[in-house]
Amino acid sequence: MTRPEKLIVDGKRLDGRGLNELRPIRFKAGVLKRADGSCYLEFGGNKVMAAVYGPREVHPRHLQNASRAIVRYRYNMAAFSVEERKRPGPDRRSIEISKVSREALESVIMQELYPRSAIDIFVEILQADAGTRVAGINAASVALADAGIPMRCLVSACAVGKVDGELVLDLNKDEDNYGQADLPVAMNQFGEITLCQMDGHMTEEEFGRALDMAVEGCRKLHQMQKQALIEKYGEMASPAEEAQANGGEANE
Amino acid sequence: MEREIVVPGDLLGEDPKLAGSGTYVQGGKVYSANYGLVDRRTNIKVIPLSGRYIPAGGDLVIGKVVDVTFSNWIIDINSPYEGLLHVSEYPERVDPANMSKCLHVGELIIARVADVDPSMKVELTMRDEHLKALKQGRVIDISHVKIPRVIGRNGSMISMLKKDLNVSIFVGQNGRIWLKGDEKRVDIAIRAIFKIEHEAHTSGLTDKIKEFIGKELEELRNTK
Repeated sequence: MTRPEKLIVDGKRLDGRGLNELRPIRFKAGVLKRADGSCYLEFGGNKVMAAVYGPREVHPRHLQNASRAIVRYRYNMAAFSVEERKRPGPDRRSIEISKVSREALESVIMQELYPRSAIDIFVEILQADAGTRVAGINAASVALADAGIPMRCLVSACAVGKVDGELVLDLNKDEDNYGQADLPVAMNQFGEITLCQMDGHMTEEEFGRALDMAVEGCRKLHQMQKQALIEKYGEMASPAEEAQANGGEANE
Repeated sequence: MEREIVVPGDLLGEDPKLAGSGTYVQGGKVYSANYGLVDRRTNIKVIPLSGRYIPAGGDLVIGKVVDVTFSNWIIDINSPYEGLLHVSEYPERVDPANMSKCLHVGELIIARVADVDPSMKVELTMRDEHLKALKQGRVIDISHVKIPRVIGRNGSMISMLKKDLNVSIFVGQNGRIWLKGDEKRVDIAIRAIFKIEHEAHTSGLTDKIKEFIGKELEELRNTK
């Protein structure tokens, strides 16, 4: 796709969303039988599967820590997740994302409860459509809870960007490619920010507003994550809340 | 009894003195540390819905010998941490040279967790009543968080299973269950236990299982 003339027309974005609106989001907890915990997430056009194993024995042995559990996070994009075939295997980008995502989640996991063990998180991006790292963190956080790993709270993440000089929540692919800035943020429910990256340019005043928008988006995601976990055990979810959590149809 | 499902970070109460297992205190308030069901009967506890078995002193477990070293048997107890059974903790006096004659690799045992130290070194013992090597019967694995439902309130579920089916059952805290008896009846017991595991979060389970066993026994009699 070539660059559209305008990304925002009459206060509406190209996919019909308002400036402060998330894409349709759908979480499903506990989808894999072999993993201790898992979560499938559709985040707009992103399709993400997260699996958690552990606490389990550490291999290779020299990585183990005598006083706490180690956390390992692997972010991986499937070869078919993007338009051009992606060369499989870790590359510089996915190693970086693995590191920052691990750090975003490590701060809430009660690692000191399981010395000499490992908690492994695998995030597979099946289909990518901008914002895969935040989608991965959201899914991994639900998968960790599903695996029964003690945590201080869940971690939610979302991105804010700048397109056509306006701040918008949760960039889609075109806005990411042709916009001026992208700011992914992860936050726990106590308002502590555990991931904050940015590329592009924003003024200081815009950055402040963008962060506020991201925090608001994270709060909405937190509600959906909670709902997904409660829904796994059925019966308790009221229909009204369910509709909100599903956020309508995915835009595929 | 309707119990509320909570996720990590949910606010459970304002009194830090009530904080029980599966919770933590921050800023004088009690929050959930786990994904599970809240129990507010005495203090505030969160009973997890999933998770691996973490050994604690006094637990009775079913373990499998995975290695024999100079003076210890290394036991897999279905946990991230392996158990150590020292020769002196075997019910009889054993010469360290003959250790693998008493318990060989692959053998299953009932053991008690004697001690767990802060670095999670798990010491097991077999010097107690009922603790023995399992020479016959079958062992199945279920999720350890479902064990309390298999036992039932004051052992109601497990005694019902034993009585109605006339099989011997031993339930290990680590999610392993040993069964012995008539093969057809053991089959029914195993199906019933998997049914309990699957429906662990529903209420009125003992009655449902009793009915299930009744039906299965009926079928067994008809086919004979």
